[in-house]
Amino acid sequence: MNNGNKGEVVFDIRNLCTWFPAKKGNVVKAVDDVSLKVYRGETLGIVGESGCGKSTLGKSVMHLEKPAKGQVLYNYDGEMKDVTKLNKKELFEFRKKVQMVFQDPYSALNPMKRVYTSFHEPLKIHGYKDQAEREQMIAEALEMVNIQPDYMLRYPHEFSGGQRQRLCIARALEIKPDVLICDEPVSALDVSIQAQVLNLMKSIQKKLNLTYLFIAHDLSVVQYMSDRIVVMYLGKVVEVADCRELYDSPKHPYTRALLTAIPVPDIHRKQKREILEGEVPSPINRPAGCAFHTRCRHCMEECRMKEPELHEVKDGHYVACHLYRDEAGKI
Amino acid sequence: MSEKNVILKVRNLSTSFVSDGREVRIVKNVSFDVKRGKTLAIVGESGCGKSVTMNSILRLLGRNAKVTADKIDFYEKMPDGDMKIHHINEFKKPNGKEMNFLRGQKISMVFQDPMSSLDPVYRVGDQVMEGLREHCKISKKEARERTLEIFKKLGIPDPEKRMNCYPYEFSGGMKQRVVIAIAIICNPDLIICDEPTTALDVTIQAQIMDILQDLQDTLGISIVMITHNMGLVAQMASEVCVMYMGRIVEKGAAEDIFDHPCHPYTQALLKSVPVLGMSGEKELATIPGATPNPAELKDGCEFADRCSYCTEACRSGEIPVYEISAGHTVRCIRAGQQEVTS
Amino acid sequence: MANNMGMAAGGAGISKEARQTRSREMMRRRIRKFMNNKLSVIGTVFTVLIVLCCFVLPMFSQYTYNEVDIAAGAVPPCADHIFGTDRLGRDLFVRCMVGGRYSIYIGVISALTSTVLGVALGAIAGYFGGKIDSLIIRLTEIFQSFPQMVLVMIMVAVIGRGMGNLLIIFTVTGWMQTARLVRNEFLAVKGETFVKASEAFGMPKWKIMVKEIIPNILTPIIVSATAVIPGYILSEASLSFLGVGVSDSTPTWGSIMNSATSLGAITNYWWMWLIPAALLTLFVLSVNFFGDGLRDLLDPR
Repeated sequence: MNNGNKGEVVFDIRNLCTWFPAKKGNVVKAVDDVSLKVYRGETLGIVGESGCGKSTLGKSVMHLEKPAKGQVLYNYDGEMKDVTKLNKKELFEFRKKVQMVFQDPYSALNPMKRVYTSFHEPLKIHGYKDQAEREQMIAEALEMVNIQPDYMLRYPHEFSGGQRQRLCIARALEIKPDVLICDEPVSALDVSIQAQVLNLMKSIQKKLNLTYLFIAHDLSVVQYMSDRIVVMYLGKVVEVADCRELYDSPKHPYTRALLTAIPVPDIHRKQKREILEGEVPSPINRPAGCAFHTRCRHCMEECRMKEPELHEVKDGHYVACHLYRDEAGKI
Repeated sequence: MSEKNVILKVRNLSTSFVSDGREVRIVKNVSFDVKRGKTLAIVGESGCGKSVTMNSILRLLGRNAKVTADKIDFYEKMPDGDMKIHHINEFKKPNGKEMNFLRGQKISMVFQDPMSSLDPVYRVGDQVMEGLREHCKISKKEARERTLEIFKKLGIPDPEKRMNCYPYEFSGGMKQRVVIAIAIICNPDLIICDEPTTALDVTIQAQIMDILQDLQDTLGISIVMITHNMGLVAQMASEVCVMYMGRIVEKGAAEDIFDHPCHPYTQALLKSVPVLGMSGEKELATIPGATPNPAELKDGCEFADRCSYCTEACRSGEIPVYEISAGHTVRCIRAGQQEVTS
Repeated sequence: MANNMGMAAGGAGISKEARQTRSREMMRRRIRKFMNNKLSVIGTVFTVLIVLCCFVLPMFSQYTYNEVDIAAGAVPPCADHIFGTDRLGRDLFVRCMVGGRYSIYIGVISALTSTVLGVALGAIAGYFGGKIDSLIIRLTEIFQSFPQMVLVMIMVAVIGRGMGNLLIIFTVTGWMQTARLVRNEFLAVKGETFVKASEAFGMPKWKIMVKEIIPNILTPIIVSATAVIPGYILSEASLSFLGVGVSDSTPTWGSIMNSATSLGAITNYWWMWLIPAALLTLFVLSVNFFGDGLRDLLDPR
């Protein structure tokens, strides 16, 4: 397992801001001043509730959304290039290296086309002119997700949800990317199917040494999949830590609430729960100071005024909270 | 069986739908009891018939549905302590007087999607009061006070102002609270919650579950909770029914189900979800294949094709239901064999 | 990996037989679906029949469409003239058939060209959005707020009469409905995940529009294209009546009907307008049902 700080950096995200225009001249700061590093071979989990900007972050890294400010540096064979400033040709090359798996497997394959066509098209675009070569690449990708090549002649509606998500993963893998951004890959699937897809993703990662950006709202899934976890709240990163560390000693009050809010399928583990009051405020009028202060039970005067910055409290464990200003580990 | 403790008794409920001249059985011979003041969880994946079961009981299905049952009895506790039994399966009309008396006043429902459970063109306060005034025949002022009280109880901030708002001004969690308010305003004895938090965030889910638990503790309401989340079951339920393809495959107290799951499907369900704190090295148990099409089911056990213990005997005939311990029943041939050997 | 390569070398991919049986099976299924829709089968049969009649039958007739015979003027349907004759004694059967050629020609071609133009503009507006979208939408509003007939007549006055010019004019004045429809459909489909996935693969924008989105909105396009055919046939009829349509010597269903415009003609010479009107209605209905069937054939589900 990767220990976080030692590996080669694949993505270096610096002060990334993705804003959307809203009504009456307001802006929704979906992603606001996020800085992160993604290391080769790791799974970086990004977790948060709806509207926290985790999907937008994934799309911005993929350059499907244009960021307003900041940099996304991608390690292009040792050279760090800013994705936001790539020209058309470079972006095209970048798309070969970084691929995405989306939430909804039901609409991720064009319903009017055979799966066969949906698989050949990306390869054709990326210059694989020889049909036999393409078929071989597709067969390899399909083998990885345990789907028979003969199924390719079907239309998407003839597959179940789990099969479709496996097809989507295979299609993202066929051009042999280094990084896979997975945006809620299992949340549309039934529980018994989720496990198939999660196991598959793990084994593929091991086989191909892929780097995953695993975005999900379900902390137990993220925790299972990831080496490091980023917790987001209202467009900001509030905590970053190794998976085990985050579970054993969560620091940010929001992370702690999130951990205890998840019901555990074990009747003997009666957890003491920290139920959060209120709801996530609208990202249009984000509270001043720490965005979480309206729901935080440890809210201090300082929290209302000043926005806390992400700082390291322990090796590789970062928190954005005023509680940990002076000495690490104290509440 | 002391009937004082039971609020809803269902025996051999079957529901089928007719489409294109073909009859497809969605719910098959389902029997269970809901105990007074307790929570029964019905667990299963999408398409297992858990919602159809409850809709059959409340007679909320369309004309193409055929519901048969030996018994659907609702036990109403009269003020003098006696029990009045309503035989729901004998009611002639699905929207007759008797059914309407039970629905809303004695039994109410909370649905999965709070966005579509509320009418967008009416103020939420009016929507809550509507049911109350329909059933309890009280004045508008009284109704308003009761509504305010319920809103406060459910933790809706600034209730007086919020009553005059329209649904679009509410967030998902707040809408679901309003839906719960509508469900409990007439002091029902039983609430049926159909995936009440699936559309909500976890921190909001925790709030809603807390409210439901609190209602049960203070008012003694019985709850039927339909869900696919084993975590919620562990947290809320005292009794559990596990459903697969229209059958109850395992039924028992929460302790039985979580500590001694006997049906391969229950076991797989429990092991296939990542649990918080679980090591990433551990592989999740998977159930191979996908849920079959209910119109193309073969004889024998519905789970046979996906079961690792499947034998010849599972493929034919009626699978018997075994009682492993008091109240813990399993519909699996293996359970019978274990009983013999032990 | 080695395992994969081995598998790939051993004849990876889809076997030929599988491919063949699969496409045969799909074909059979679509044809079965098409045949199940009785109306569309009837529609197709009638469409083909009418077109065939219009193009073939006049050759076997003893009359021609512009042969005047005043002596045999206004003859009701009889053995010699099965559709009767008009007031100039021209055989209405031949006129209806030849007129049908021109009417169908104008209706179908205008529908095709205006749909192509509408789809192109609507696709650009819907896919790119922003300024270009508002520009195209404003343009459709301007075109639509102008009475179409007046617009057409102005254009006829500018570029002159005749079949070719009429087609151009119908195209230029008829694309707005389709453009708006296509734009709205594009907005809906643009948000689907498969479009995002194609973008993530770096697929060029025009390819996404043509190959990914348009196949998904073919149904409404086909429906609207078949629905506008009668409109063009009727517009042509009105223009012919006003004397600004195709040249006077060319018969069309519209111009034949126009010969019966007085109340007297409507009651006394019923065959002069009823027969071409019936043909027109029959054709329009058939085309609409045919469109339904076409949709079934194209949709894989």
